[in-house]
Amino acid sequence: MAKIQTLAELQSLRDKLVAQRAEGEKTPGSVVIKVAYATCGIAAGAKEVLEHMEQKAKELGVNATFVKTGCMGYCYAEPTLEVLIPGRESVVFGYVDEMRADDILTKYVINNEFVEGIIPVNYETID
Amino acid sequence: MAKYKKHILVCGGSCCKSGNSQQMADTFRSMIFERGLQDEVQVIQTGCFGLCDKGPIVKVMPDNTFYTKVTLNDVSRIMDEHIVGGHKVEDLLFVDPETGNKVENNEKGEFHKKQIRIALRNCGVIDPENINDYIAHDGYIALGDCLTNHTPEEVIEIVSASGLSGRGGAGFPTGKKWASSARAKADQKYVVCNADEGDPGAFMDRSILEGDPHSVLEAMAICGYSIGADKGLIYIRAEYPLAIERLKIAISQAEEMGLLGDNIMGSGFNFHIELRYGAGAFVCGEATALIHSMEGKRGEPTFKPPRTSEKGYNLKPTNVNNVETYANVPAILLKGAEWFSSIGTANSKGTKVFALAGKVNNVGLIEVPMGITLREIIYEIGGGIKDGKKFKAVQTGGPSGGCLTEKHLDIPIDYKSLTQAGSMMGSGGMVIMDESSCMVNIAKFYLDFTVPESCGKCTPCRIGNKRLYEMLDKITKGKATMEDLEHLRNLSVVVKDTALCGLGQSSPNPILSTLDNFWDEYVEHVQDKKCRAGACKDLVRYEINPAICLGCTACARNCPVDAIHGELKKPHTIDQDICIKCGTCYTKCKFNAIRIN
Repeated sequence: MAKIQTLAELQSLRDKLVAQRAEGEKTPGSVVIKVAYATCGIAAGAKEVLEHMEQKAKELGVNATFVKTGCMGYCYAEPTLEVLIPGRESVVFGYVDEMRADDILTKYVINNEFVEGIIPVNYETID
Repeated sequence: MAKYKKHILVCGGSCCKSGNSQQMADTFRSMIFERGLQDEVQVIQTGCFGLCDKGPIVKVMPDNTFYTKVTLNDVSRIMDEHIVGGHKVEDLLFVDPETGNKVENNEKGEFHKKQIRIALRNCGVIDPENINDYIAHDGYIALGDCLTNHTPEEVIEIVSASGLSGRGGAGFPTGKKWASSARAKADQKYVVCNADEGDPGAFMDRSILEGDPHSVLEAMAICGYSIGADKGLIYIRAEYPLAIERLKIAISQAEEMGLLGDNIMGSGFNFHIELRYGAGAFVCGEATALIHSMEGKRGEPTFKPPRTSEKGYNLKPTNVNNVETYANVPAILLKGAEWFSSIGTANSKGTKVFALAGKVNNVGLIEVPMGITLREIIYEIGGGIKDGKKFKAVQTGGPSGGCLTEKHLDIPIDYKSLTQAGSMMGSGGMVIMDESSCMVNIAKFYLDFTVPESCGKCTPCRIGNKRLYEMLDKITKGKATMEDLEHLRNLSVVVKDTALCGLGQSSPNPILSTLDNFWDEYVEHVQDKKCRAGACKDLVRYEINPAICLGCTACARNCPVDAIHGELKKPHTIDQDICIKCGTCYTKCKFNAIRIN
């Protein structure tokens, strides 16, 4: 990859990336699933849930992008994941085992039915 | 397509549950069925909304209507007026505390939340192994801005003006530290990141490094630019393999893009970062010991001055900050010192990350503004004490901190107020204890941690802490006298006053704070040979209540030392001389006939 030579170059790269992501978020049918993948999340089963979910999404024909993120902070409800779907508010689900992972895909992602385990976001963040 | 037209979200957090939210959800479900709406309306119980003082909470989606303080009687109104009738139930609507207005549509902003994420801004949001994700969140823009538009002096000025102070525990002003390293004259300077997180129960730094490694790298480069260093070292414990892996990936990605390395963004500024691994010794979190360990020497502290900012790594000026401190820096430079200093209290600015653990319902990694109260943290963010038990104490600051009680719940927390109350901010461990915790035992637990972690260089820490531990052990065994309590306090003060480094100077804090706040409990252990929490084994007696015991023999059959005797269908007894207080009988008894005295 070419090295970034100036601040302006970095800023334009950022703008391009932001635009790309915004475009992706609007594309109908696209689903992003962020899995809290810190040491503690993995210890609580995030790895198994992620692998299972990737497989299941394929079977169901859901066009989902899986992202491994760091800790989301909900230690009491690990494994946790966030589902982002164009046109819907993002939702964080906790206590996700393989069964709940299936429910999230078949009920929430495909049918827009909520499933148990929703964790309301309880913090503010900076832009 | 959406199957349901409306979703009713009922808070299933423990506070709301104690306000009947479970029955509300059930009532909603049966009313939906009665009205034949089961294909259109769905009821879901959620986790805690973090607004416990306004609970129970019901949220109707997709209308984003937030109802607070809902009672069972309100369920039918929400059902008929809102769900069926389409009119919101006015008097239950959430009231914005700032404007006093009823909020009909809570889509954005919602309510004032207790947490603000600055250091954790990207944790759980970005993919830490993808530098583009970080760049899309303004990554490395702060560094580029510093290199292009600010002199090193200006950068230090911004950091100073923000009021950021060391998040490792002591709270030393970061700008002042940077300025001191910048002033020092030398041919080589270093920027060190202290990632030797060692407090029991603390995992803030690990979470930041695993979730957002670039923010730390960027901040170190900014620091390097401002103090005139071209080399950065991260001292990280080897038992953080995932954090190490993600740091390595982040460093190589940043170098590949020219955001670290030589001639960063064409500015002529060079900055290289390397990792140094620690073996996990607690004392190596102390700056001088950390530096000796990095130099390949024994991890022992040395006397200050000279400070590390003047003579640090390889005797060169070295700026040492911890992970969380660095993670704040890019945000400060992007949003300005004024923004940062508007958050917090008069003498502590910004936020603090805590690892909230122990007997609260919602254990987690939280970031709160300075000035929040312990009550808000425990009852609103933490969702209250587990199993409906009573709050007893909160331990902050790890082995260097102390235990605070009920009377401290409402003080706004910052560096100063916590120290005044007899504890300290520390690196961010926060352990909540309920009535089943014995405070003498807790003090003993922390000393049990400190004793083997002492490097042994100075006598007060090496021998003093050991003697303190022995005294506590004596107390928990019911063998101490009131004179021992006197000695305990005196020796604690001596160790605090005479130990060489921060580790030794603070190790008696758990004892002193519990002596101050829980004196009764110490006296009970000594005079009455009693542990009210039932945690000190030697002071506990297991007894069988003959009025309840049915003589089922379950306890006797399971007792590992055959201390329980009795005939079938007749009350049993425990032979106290044989009993080893393992508690097996207590767990095996199905009739709650075993008492702990």
